[in-house]
Amino acid sequence: MNFLVCVSKVPDTTAKIAFKDNNTKFSSDGVTYILNPTDEWYALVRALELKEAAGAGKVTVINVGSSENDQYLRKALAIGADDAVLIESADDLEPFYVAKEIANYAKANGYDIVITGKETIDYNSFSVGGMIAEFMDAAFVSQVSKWDMNGTTATLNREIEGGEEVIEVNVPFVISAQKGMAEQRLPNMKGIMMAKSKPLTKLAAVGGDTFVSINKFDEPKPKSAVKLFSVDEVEALVKALHDEAKVI
Amino acid sequence: MIIVYIEAVNGQLKKSSLEVLTYGKKMADKMSSSVAAICLTSCDANAVGEYGVGKLFQVNDDKFNHFDSKAFAKAIGEIFNANGGQILVLPFNQNGKALAPRLSVRLQAGLVNGANALAETSDGFVISKNVFSGKAVANYKIHTEKKIISLASNSIPAVKNPTSCEVVTAATSITAADFSTKYIKSELVSGDIPLSEADLVVSAGRGLKGPENWGMIEECAKILGAATACSRAVADVHWRPHHEHVGQTGLAISPNLYIAVGISGAIQHLAGVSSSKTIVVINTDPEAPFFKAADYGIVGDAFEVMPKFNEALRKLKF
Repeated sequence: MNFLVCVSKVPDTTAKIAFKDNNTKFSSDGVTYILNPTDEWYALVRALELKEAAGAGKVTVINVGSSENDQYLRKALAIGADDAVLIESADDLEPFYVAKEIANYAKANGYDIVITGKETIDYNSFSVGGMIAEFMDAAFVSQVSKWDMNGTTATLNREIEGGEEVIEVNVPFVISAQKGMAEQRLPNMKGIMMAKSKPLTKLAAVGGDTFVSINKFDEPKPKSAVKLFSVDEVEALVKALHDEAKVI
Repeated sequence: MIIVYIEAVNGQLKKSSLEVLTYGKKMADKMSSSVAAICLTSCDANAVGEYGVGKLFQVNDDKFNHFDSKAFAKAIGEIFNANGGQILVLPFNQNGKALAPRLSVRLQAGLVNGANALAETSDGFVISKNVFSGKAVANYKIHTEKKIISLASNSIPAVKNPTSCEVVTAATSITAADFSTKYIKSELVSGDIPLSEADLVVSAGRGLKGPENWGMIEECAKILGAATACSRAVADVHWRPHHEHVGQTGLAISPNLYIAVGISGAIQHLAGVSSSKTIVVINTDPEAPFFKAADYGIVGDAFEVMPKFNEALRKLKF
């Protein structure tokens, strides 16, 4: 079984979020980028575990983005992926075209299983996985916390309101991964050395008419300073929540 | 025509569905357009009318008793197109997150997944949404003729606006072959309010020192009718179940009230809760970063504060 794992690069969780050009563009000045956590920790690691358990197949990581993104793909190779594909485009290509590129690659190269993280921590759109599935006319199961394979059938736990649902799905399918599916793997020195010689293919993106674009970014509304109450004023706090904030 | 996709559990509309009905009605008024709802399972048409939507496309077909993103997206797309749909609104809940992207491709319609306000229509069609885990807001312009909005929960309150609701039985071409997944079972956390839908949330972290001390948190939640949540640290050591974990890698929530007890407020935790309307922080450490994101706070020991807090809540009205 061959697995195609989609990985994004995103600003580090602790990065300062700032904008430029009249707040129309994200400012990457001084920003450290990382692999998107749910892509790296859950989607990639679980695909590796399932490949190892099957004793056959391969895990390919794919990114649609700028030509410098090969460094993030090399990290995924160091964690254990077999090969990597970088489809070169602008870094802010909209989800529709990111998904279209990945779906085209998956179809042309016979991947029956495509995995993404549940969301990227930059634009929080939860979009690419479902779009890939629709382009492939495949099943899509989102926010999966448990994934086992038996032949070509997967058993999945997916999050629903107030609990989980267990479902089965046959290939071809796309899933988006979340916490619970696997544990983070750190690359070791052997992995890092081996990653340098693993294949990394670069292709060019096609793109198309704009579906959505970001006009402008805003800072979130500034919070007013916290109103502090002492341990002896708990009743006053409850009164404030009732009379002032009107939330209880 | 604006069409909203709604969901019911045992015939009762979910809270997120009441919000998208309200949203659809408001957008229809704003754009001098009409609005209708699609429900693939049986639901209460009176409730649809109560929130201002006067037409319900109802599909009565047992095949839709279990969710399947592929079949559901195809059915919604068919009904949307057959009735001159221009704008589709879905809840940004677990099912909506799977459906909206599929429908974006199927209908060739630009999507804003997780919108937090009504669209601005003065210069194009622009919708805002939280990005960078609540650290900024992006204003998205949709360029396509057909448009899809999925609405983040608790972004707009559901508002009653009663009208009579006409029920139209809608047919789809969906057959068993369109379903790609097989339902096995569901595991629900019984008795609790689903965290993703809760208006009020009481959450606690390592400051509680051990799982045996959660009684006062559960009591507080019970008095308020709130859901319980926790930090990653305590879910990781199994003091609390994983489905309660809110934060970057857990659930992102935006309740009206979030009470954080004994949680320092690391940036990863804030990423999941910072869009809550009102935040109350109870922590022994005055330097805890959570106080910077809080509206109200008490610097104090949870073991001292919570019993008093619960007593005051009870006195207030419960």
